[in-house]
Parts: sequence; structure tokens; C-alpha cells
Amino acid sequence: MKSLDYDLVIIGGGPAGLTAGLYAARARLNVILIEKIVPGGQVLTTDWIENYPGFPEGISGPDLIQKMTEQVKKFDLNIESNEVISLDLLSEPVKKIKLSDRTITSHTIIIATGASPKKLGITGEDVFFGKGLSTCATCDAPFFKDKMVAAVGGGDTAVQESIFLTKFVKKVYLIHRRDQLRATKILQERAFANDKIEFIWDSVLTSIDGLANVEKITVKNIKTGDTKELSVDGCFIWTGILPNTNFLKDEVKVDNYGFIIVDSNMQSSVPGVFAAGDVRSTGLRQIVTAAGDAASAVFSAEHYMENRILFKFRGNGQSVKR
Amino acid sequence: MVEGILEIDDSIFDAEVLKSDKPVLIDFWAPWCGPCMAISPMVEQLAGEFGDKIKFVKCNVDDNPISPGKYGIRSIPTLMFFKDGTVVNQVIGIVAKSKLEEVINKIL
Repeated sequence: MKSLDYDLVIIGGGPAGLTAGLYAARARLNVILIEKIVPGGQVLTTDWIENYPGFPEGISGPDLIQKMTEQVKKFDLNIESNEVISLDLLSEPVKKIKLSDRTITSHTIIIATGASPKKLGITGEDVFFGKGLSTCATCDAPFFKDKMVAAVGGGDTAVQESIFLTKFVKKVYLIHRRDQLRATKILQERAFANDKIEFIWDSVLTSIDGLANVEKITVKNIKTGDTKELSVDGCFIWTGILPNTNFLKDEVKVDNYGFIIVDSNMQSSVPGVFAAGDVRSTGLRQIVTAAGDAASAVFSAEHYMENRILFKFRGNGQSVKR
Repeated sequence: MVEGILEIDDSIFDAEVLKSDKPVLIDFWAPWCGPCMAISPMVEQLAGEFGDKIKFVKCNVDDNPISPGKYGIRSIPTLMFFKDGTVVNQVIGIVAKSKLEEVINKIL
């Protein structure tokens, strides 16, 4: 094969990226992991994890990431702090990855850039971010000790983090656009049993107001059309995520929401380019599925490279010994 | 204390931040904040690179409620940039190092 910089470039250092790094380093691939900020991704803002096997007592997000990072360092994974600007996948089979300071080439790529909390697109959202509006309870809950806060959403994150908020705040209004939660049953049971959580069903947030900091929010019932104002000091939004794919244009196929479509081997629409974890189009986004995706993706990447070698030798009319 | 970064408390905030000759980057953090711990090595790297032009300061919001209260800190990590005693920029949450370098270069 033509000499390229890397066998595999992993983009992103959350659970998917770190797991891909672990498998690739142990497979002795010539691999680099590019992380834009610091390893961890969304797990860093996760207060408590009790559905990742092997930790019967549960583990905090930052602690789990620290352990994952330690583990890949044990196998000398090369992690670089850099940003991927764009991909050039046209010169098949060479993949070019443009970084902030140089362009590198690779046989394969695993995109594991994850996702970020989605904005609601309502009045006051940008102005009050960090001024009472937050997407990270573990970072900011202690600022709202004995205060009233609102939380928006009905999935695992919204419910889990609302329960966490109740350790600090006086009360959480949990605002959800439906009349039932989507979160895992055990989380629902805990939320319903928690006196500090008041549910506001069938409702959406329409604005956030205040002078310097959040002081009140407006909530609209989508069934009746009624609106009401609630005095709160904080507002936490967990209404879903968007894929972190700014560096992509239309190099790989994505679903209607921008998540990368892959086959059962985690391969995208471009051979040799794989996706793993939250950034891929899937029905379930968990740390354990991210790790599983990543292991499959590395296995597929190795397989892809082996096949390329076979293909090339056959193409040259040479005998192939395996 | 990490070399090049001054850990301050409320009592010396005015002297070390507001009356500083050099521009100041102050990192409001707390030990329970995962993202704060995660960006800490990045702030240390920046202190190594820009320490001669900017004073790098950390403020634990748990032990020192007055200063973060005064500047309306409701979210950490918050990196706040001071010049001649006034806030000239702030970055909330975890961002790429390149973004922080951009802000630093702007205030220098």
C-alpha cells in the first residue's frame, strides 16, 4: 500500500473515540486520536453512571473518563489536541484530514465526534447561557442552592439530571412537551417519588427573561394554548442533541438530523470511513453502545485494510499468500 | 499550586486581579466540577505559553463565594479576562484551546 501517515485516524475523544483508540493501539495499528478540547465529551458533564457494566456502585462521568484515558495511555495511544477542519475523501482510497496546522493522510477514519445539547431557539437563550441557563447540572447545580429552577426535557438526561438538581435546589419544575416521560423506567420511578420535582406536562418553554441573570420563564401548554410565567433562578435544557459534524459537508451520508448513517459494521457511505457513538444515526445512545460501536469500527477498519491489500495484489496480477 | 498559576481567595481578589499591572485570566472552578478539572491542564498549558504577558489566576468558587457572586458567575468553568480592573471578555464552559488563544490574542 502507498505509504500514508496513518492506518487509522480517530476523530473525537469521548467513550467511542477512546474505545476505538484502545482497540487500535492493541491491534498495533499506526493510529492517532484527534481531540478538539479534552478527552471526555458529554460524559464529563454526566453526574452519575450506573448502567455501564463493571461498576456496581456506579461511577461519576469524569471518573469513568479518567479511567478510560488511563487505559489507552497504558497502550501508548497517540492523542493529539487539535481540530479537524475538513475531510477530503475524493482521492480514494487515501483519506485526507485537514487539521488546524497541517493535513494528514490515512487509510481509514473513525468519526467519533459525538453530539452536543440542542438549543431550543427561543428568546433569551443565547443571552442567558451561563447566567442561569445551563445544560450541565453537575457543573452548575450548587449555584442554585435553595433556589427554584426549571428543567426542560423528558429523556434520560433530563430526568437523571433533574433528580441530581434536587440535592441542591428548593424545587425543580420539569417541563415536558408530552404527558409522559421517555426516560428509563427506574429513573421515572425515582423522579415521581421525589417531592422536589413538579411536572409540567404537555408544555414547552417559550422565553427566558431577566435583567442580568435568569429571573423568569414563560411556559406554554401546547394542548390548551395557555401560557404562564414561572419565577426561577435557573433553567436547565436537555431536549436532545445535535451531531458534532461541522467539519463535514456532504462527504458521507447522514440522516434527516445530520447523524452519520452506517451499516452494521459501522461503515459510512464511504468505504474505509466509519462512525461510532453518538454521532451515528441510531436509536440508542449510551456509553456502552458507543464503546461497542467503536470496537466494531476498529475491527471493520482492519478488515477494510486487509481487503485493500488483497485487492491491490490481485489487481497487479501477483499471487497472494495469506 | 501549579507553577505559573496563582490560586487566590476573596481577600486578595482586588489586589491580584483588579489592580494587576498585566491583564488577568481568572479560572473560576470547583473540585466537584468535572469539566473544570478537565480543562485545567489546558489552562496550565496556556499559562506556560502566555504567562509572561498575562497573569493566570484560579478561584475556587466553593471556598470563595464573594468574587464569583460579584461577577454573576452561575456556570463553571468560566474563564474571565480582566484588563485594568474591568472584565473585557469571558468564556463559559469547555472550549477548544484555539478559541482561548484567539481571545487571549485579542486582549493582548
